Amino acid sequence: MSESLIEERFLSRLTDGPLAIAPGLAHYFVADASGAECIIRVAQSAPKGFIEKVHILYVPTPGENALITALYALGAKQFEHVPTIDEAIIKLGDWLSDAKMGSQLYLAGTEGLIGKAVAKGEECGLDHTAVQCEQRGSLARRVQCVHCKTMIENVTTQPTKCPSCDLLLLVRDHYSRRLAAFQGVCINAEDPSEVVEIKEVFK
Amino acid sequence: MTIQFRNETFRNDFTYANSPGNIPRFPFPFPEDEYMYSTNVEPHHATRVGSPFEHGFDVDEHYVAEMKDRALVLADDPGRCQALPHMETAGWDFVELVMVSKARDYPDLFELTMEGDQWHWINKPLQIDDKFTFGDASTLPCHPMEYIGRQVQGDHAILDQRDGNLWLDAGIITAQADWSLDFDVGMNFFEWHAPVPLAHELGVFQRALKFLLSLPQGQPSRRLNWTLTVNPRLDTSPENYPKWGPDKLSVTPDNIGEKIHLRVELQTFWRLPRSNAILFPIRTYLMAMNEVVTQPKWGRRLHRVIRDLRPELVEYKGLSRYHPMLVEWLSKYDDGAPTSPGIFPD
Repeated sequence: MSESLIEERFLSRLTDGPLAIAPGLAHYFVADASGAECIIRVAQSAPKGFIEKVHILYVPTPGENALITALYALGAKQFEHVPTIDEAIIKLGDWLSDAKMGSQLYLAGTEGLIGKAVAKGEECGLDHTAVQCEQRGSLARRVQCVHCKTMIENVTTQPTKCPSCDLLLLVRDHYSRRLAAFQGVCINAEDPSEVVEIKEVFK
Repeated sequence: MTIQFRNETFRNDFTYANSPGNIPRFPFPFPEDEYMYSTNVEPHHATRVGSPFEHGFDVDEHYVAEMKDRALVLADDPGRCQALPHMETAGWDFVELVMVSKARDYPDLFELTMEGDQWHWINKPLQIDDKFTFGDASTLPCHPMEYIGRQVQGDHAILDQRDGNLWLDAGIITAQADWSLDFDVGMNFFEWHAPVPLAHELGVFQRALKFLLSLPQGQPSRRLNWTLTVNPRLDTSPENYPKWGPDKLSVTPDNIGEKIHLRVELQTFWRLPRSNAILFPIRTYLMAMNEVVTQPKWGRRLHRVIRDLRPELVEYKGLSRYHPMLVEWLSKYDDGAPTSPGIFPD
């Protein structure tokens, strides 16, 4: 996989590139299967002693073991894998509540993982300059329906239908780190009889 | 009282209108015959007796009706008023600024007595008479920002300043031109402006931020922004887009003069003394096309501006459905004569 960004960034979104080591006393990595290789890449190019300050939280694809083994073999100070992103975010909150000043957070993987981990980092008082993200894998988006406020996971189409209020939503390139979600606004509010083609665009 | 407050609505039967005497004091937003984004900021000095720039917080004939409309929006959607936990001090700064300004500028309408931290506030138009301890939120019925925000025309955002940026960390927003406080709260200056086309490339926001970060106390600034709205509806929020979006289909050549309203935001910027936050009032003025063209200079100029608007802005401002119809209608009020510089009518 190329190390260039896989989707053009826009202004309300996190704007980091490939993960790179930042000076810090402790280094927290969170990744899903699509981001595992980013951690391996960083660890293998790290100076001596770095890995002893590393904590890794990993969300594998069900049934996949090779990447777990590879991440474990890095010899980090702490390594855990959990089955879902939401469990990883809870665990991250536990870890960060004990974290000291000078801690760095590195996130690699899909939009959903990155968005929720960034929001958790902010909630735990981590300065945004201490957080890096590298998006990998699916471009599926988490979307908040602006009308009924429902959170819709893994959105791949434009527009997308809100499962709660049934409105057809345009997914705007407008992202809230606090909500870890894109904004969805009714696309045919002016003329609800208008038929809009639904296309798969966030693959 | 010096101002006759109108009994009018901004929804359902839309009885809102400007009385003839109120029309010339409208903050017409175009100083020239063409429009493009600019930061267009100037000192918010007292300008022209009788104009909306005479006082820091302009009170006009729509005050009481606007506050009623705000109460209706908040009752329906409490998320329109939000403050992150560190913004209470800024809320008190806002209370002080508005009460002191209004009591000074409109002594027949508002009275403020301060004895140490014991304050007595009388708002005659809204029939409020409250005593409270300044700085103690338990002596008010709600958050200080909400308390005063329900008594001052316009939406109000409060921007926290840190890390060389401004953060939209509090606001009472019920009359917005299609942006969501609930979605944007907590965003920095560039994040919440992300959906605006063209302006980022022009460097408008970088310059505006630099200017605002160094805004001094006691020297507020202002700028005008504008769009068009079908019907005199204050609440054009994205939340309620399915309610107001269909209004655009109701525009016909016969009713366009009464349906389409020029919607102007008088935006002002105030450094707050205790919190070092910036208070950002967004005061909306609405005027039907029929009312605008009673001033010949405005009719001529508005035709030229709307006709020559760049396509990206026609789209962004949501005018596409009726833009050609409006240009045609306005052309009747443009005889091609030159217009005088500046925004005020001849």
